[in-house]
Amino acid sequence: MSDLKYKYFLRIADNAMILGQRLSEWCGHGPILEQDMALTNIALDQIGEARLLYQLISELFPEKGDEDKIAFTRDISAYYNCLLVEQPNGNFADTIARQYLFDSFNFHFHQALQNVDDQRIKEIGAKCLKEVTYHRRWSSEWIKRLALGTEVSHQKLQDAINKIWKYANECITPDALDNEAHANCLGPDINQVSSIVSEERAQLLDSVGITVPENTWFLSGGKTGSHSEYMGYVLAEMQYMQRAYPDMQW
Amino acid sequence: MNDNYKNWPLWEVFIRSKAGIAHKHVGSLHAADAEMAIENARDVYTRRQEGESIWVVESSNITASNPEESESLYEPAKDKVYRHPTFYDLPDEVKHM
Repeated sequence: MSDLKYKYFLRIADNAMILGQRLSEWCGHGPILEQDMALTNIALDQIGEARLLYQLISELFPEKGDEDKIAFTRDISAYYNCLLVEQPNGNFADTIARQYLFDSFNFHFHQALQNVDDQRIKEIGAKCLKEVTYHRRWSSEWIKRLALGTEVSHQKLQDAINKIWKYANECITPDALDNEAHANCLGPDINQVSSIVSEERAQLLDSVGITVPENTWFLSGGKTGSHSEYMGYVLAEMQYMQRAYPDMQW
Repeated sequence: MNDNYKNWPLWEVFIRSKAGIAHKHVGSLHAADAEMAIENARDVYTRRQEGESIWVVESSNITASNPEESESLYEPAKDKVYRHPTFYDLPDEVKHM
């Protein structure tokens, strides 16, 4: 049970942490000031959720160290985020496609998290659900705008969706850990989340004339620690300070 | 191709800091339409809990008084002190006057 809890909470935390790290790369590079701030606001929300979860993990498993140690000193195979969130920012349409696919999952995941038994994860989930609700609104609005904007923006979004689609379904496909967590009332039933998310994604993309790729196969592995080539670079940048100057504070 | 072709329109943002108080002008921003203007205003102007309600209006829809006419518009009020409610005692319960 304790190993289950450790890994399962890390999975939620790492999704938030790595997406937050990716989004923070946009800081100062957003297409306009307002969207630069929107992107970094979302990055901060994600990192905020990751912090709450790492603090909880550190409290439950003191032998793992404090939140910084958990966030910044694990090796790549000890991260359990899905492959989707570690994919590069690409252009703005790539970032929006990645964000929407994740938000559509994340929103329903957090909603379902309200029905689990574990009080602590439920409380963190409730706080973050409000933030995630806004993220989903923001990224769905951008899906519509890019799709219905100009020919160029439509094409860029279509290309982005085609490119990222193979990573879209890992988060909504339950594996052994998801099932065990659900059986122990620690996590939601991912099968249930999955059908809502798939339908919602298809409906939105279809309504704005974006073709959902036909391939149903997808890449997975991040959830169990087998990451894509990009993850090493994300961690190298994210962990540099703690690796170079262990236990440093500022 | 003029500037307006590429730039999103400008919007004026009004924020109400809490229920019962009037919306107050806080600044402006660019957005493609009203919905995006609300979202941008939320991200730019309410990050530090500045408010709980947002109005946006496209700047071009605002009609402003002409600064050159300020003499005729505002100066006549200068010597009419009796229009200020300073001759009344306000009850302590009345806020925001």
